[in-house]
Amino acid sequence: MTDTEFQAMRQAVIDGDADAAEAAARAAIAAGIPPLTAIDEGFMAGMKEVGAGFAAGDLFLPDMMLAARAMQRALGVLEPELKASATERTVAGRVVIGTVAGDIHEIGKNLVGMLLSTSGFEVHDLGVNVSAERFVAAAREQRADIVGLSALLTTTMTGQRTVIAALEEAGLRPPLKVMVGGAPVTGSWAKDIGADGYSEDAMGAVELAKRLMGAAGADAGAAGAGDGAPEGAAL
Amino acid sequence: MSAPLNPIGPRGLRIEALDADAIARIHEATLHVIEHVGVRFPSDRALDIWAAAGGEVDRATYVVKAPRAMIEAALVTAPPVYPLAARDAALDLPLDGEHVYAATDGCGVEVSDLETGERRPSRLADVAEIARLADALDEVAFHWIPVSAQDRPAPSRSLHELLACWANSTKHVQTESIVTEREARAAVEMAAAIVGGRDALRVRPVLSMMQCTTSPLGHDGGSIDAGLVAAEAGIPVGYMTMASAAFTGPATVAGSLVVGNAEVIAALALMQVAYPGCPVYYAAAQTAIDLRSGAYTGGGPEDFLFGAATNQLADFYHVPLSMGAFATGAKAPDWQAGVENSLSCFLAAASGSDMLLGLGLLNGSRIFSHEQLLLDAEIYSIVRATLKGIPVDDEDLALEAIAAVGPAGDYLTSPHTRRHMRAMWKTRFMDRRPMGVVESEGGGPRAWANAKARELLATHVPEPLEPGLARAMAGIVGAVEREAGVEPAPTVVDAMLLAGAGR
Repeated sequence: MTDTEFQAMRQAVIDGDADAAEAAARAAIAAGIPPLTAIDEGFMAGMKEVGAGFAAGDLFLPDMMLAARAMQRALGVLEPELKASATERTVAGRVVIGTVAGDIHEIGKNLVGMLLSTSGFEVHDLGVNVSAERFVAAAREQRADIVGLSALLTTTMTGQRTVIAALEEAGLRPPLKVMVGGAPVTGSWAKDIGADGYSEDAMGAVELAKRLMGAAGADAGAAGAGDGAPEGAAL
Repeated sequence: MSAPLNPIGPRGLRIEALDADAIARIHEATLHVIEHVGVRFPSDRALDIWAAAGGEVDRATYVVKAPRAMIEAALVTAPPVYPLAARDAALDLPLDGEHVYAATDGCGVEVSDLETGERRPSRLADVAEIARLADALDEVAFHWIPVSAQDRPAPSRSLHELLACWANSTKHVQTESIVTEREARAAVEMAAAIVGGRDALRVRPVLSMMQCTTSPLGHDGGSIDAGLVAAEAGIPVGYMTMASAAFTGPATVAGSLVVGNAEVIAALALMQVAYPGCPVYYAAAQTAIDLRSGAYTGGGPEDFLFGAATNQLADFYHVPLSMGAFATGAKAPDWQAGVENSLSCFLAAASGSDMLLGLGLLNGSRIFSHEQLLLDAEIYSIVRATLKGIPVDDEDLALEAIAAVGPAGDYLTSPHTRRHMRAMWKTRFMDRRPMGVVESEGGGPRAWANAKARELLATHVPEPLEPGLARAMAGIVGAVEREAGVEPAPTVVDAMLLAGAGR
């Protein structure tokens, strides 16, 4: 293995160049670099650098998203190799996300999903207009640590309560944590429906998910419903 | 009695952010987008209408691509001028292109409590109270549903809110929270009950509907179906783009104007194809995202430019505009709120937006503040006075007074001053007291706005709904609840009806 290959992996993520990331991932395999090493020391190193730039205020959300997309493309190449070699990536947590029943808004949810997955979470995105039953089934099937519920309308927001009730009825909670988000969602709403936390933006959602994983088993109320995460702290 | 109308206009000062060439290029680009990229209409009914009219419809993706000639021909049938009617005909709003009528903002989810200042979830009683407060302000010409009645069931919530506005004000109501066909049908029925039937409603639409697009280049199926119900009934319906630069629209103002324009005019064209000649309007509340968080900002230079440009697009299509102004991202009635709401109100009004939204909400239209409503009304009154411009005639030039006073005199006692001073703008909330007085007395803009809101709420009695009408409208809400299979919830008029029955 050579520095050039690792440099290419890092740079592809920093440039937010998905094609270059995919090529660098293939080159890493060809060079015999173990996929886990390529992820951790190549692509994740790039993500960390982008995260630092964001924290410093030099980079913006679009930079983060481009880096995340490049990272995902690389993972798409490397993960089958990982499976083939019977190694598993350590995941920060398993998250099932979706937009609740009756609501078709997906942009915010997609943003959270993308940032979570490139922050080391395994993300299962159920899409939009997702019934409580589907959330329950997916949470069980994927052995989820966290379920993320998105809603953009005041009228569909009540669906978040329905899902939480269904997860409780199914006996998944605790230990399963629930985070909620969407324009009309507030700290008091999150508390009222028994969610473990909420964030007003995508970066805060990543921070929240990390806190929820850290607080697994601890008092759910301490997860910080109501306060926005500090900017740039996510990576 | 409602406060009489006192809208902006006719304007002596105008702003044009786009020249004719720029408008033409945005129009061309928009038609290109609709024809070659397409707009998503996830409604079977809408797809049927598009297909029958010759649009290219993809049933799997719901994307419609419509040729330019079809869009242009459809838009021609939209009426350029029509009124928004009110329960009290003296408060009708002729959308004549000469006036700028302001409304409350919507739809918040929290209220900053007038007494305690604490934030709490919004409820039906808030809708009623805010409507009554707005009824007392001459700056507010019509209502949006200011906050969500979260203590009412979702399937009938928008109707409870609508009834709460009508029961507390005689002004026009434009809803932004009716997003299903069932609610739309019930709302039309309620409006028809006010004016005495469906035919009368076409002439005097006491209700208009606003539907949001789903940027980029999409719509919500329920909003489209609800809009078609309004169009069929002859109730003005508008589609509002909130395509936000660098997230749901391109990072450039022009690019986001194209995306937003494509969403809006495609929807308006659909309404015209379905019901030619139905009253429609353009609506927009575009902004730029915060580049750090991706959040909707509700302020900033791009936001103000969208406000300045959009009425020119609406004028180009000969339809009125309902423009999102105010709606600061500030968390309290503070410096940021003053800057953002002043500039957005000014630019949207100076370009002649027919309807101007919306007063009273903070934190990007999430938190209602009575104080902010009063302070926004003051901003509107400043802009109203500014946009009168500078009349210049003999009396204005004041040569006679200037000669009479001469060098080194003063104009305090000039008859000319007495003739004109009452037309000068006067503040309610600017703190112009001497420093010493401020230090000894305290108070200030927020405190005064708070006191004024309390005073108005203690004294202002709107013209009530006639009991028979109130009962009929409450019955319509109840019918929707039965149909939806939810527990019937008390409406705002129930208490009034009970009190009436007891007398």
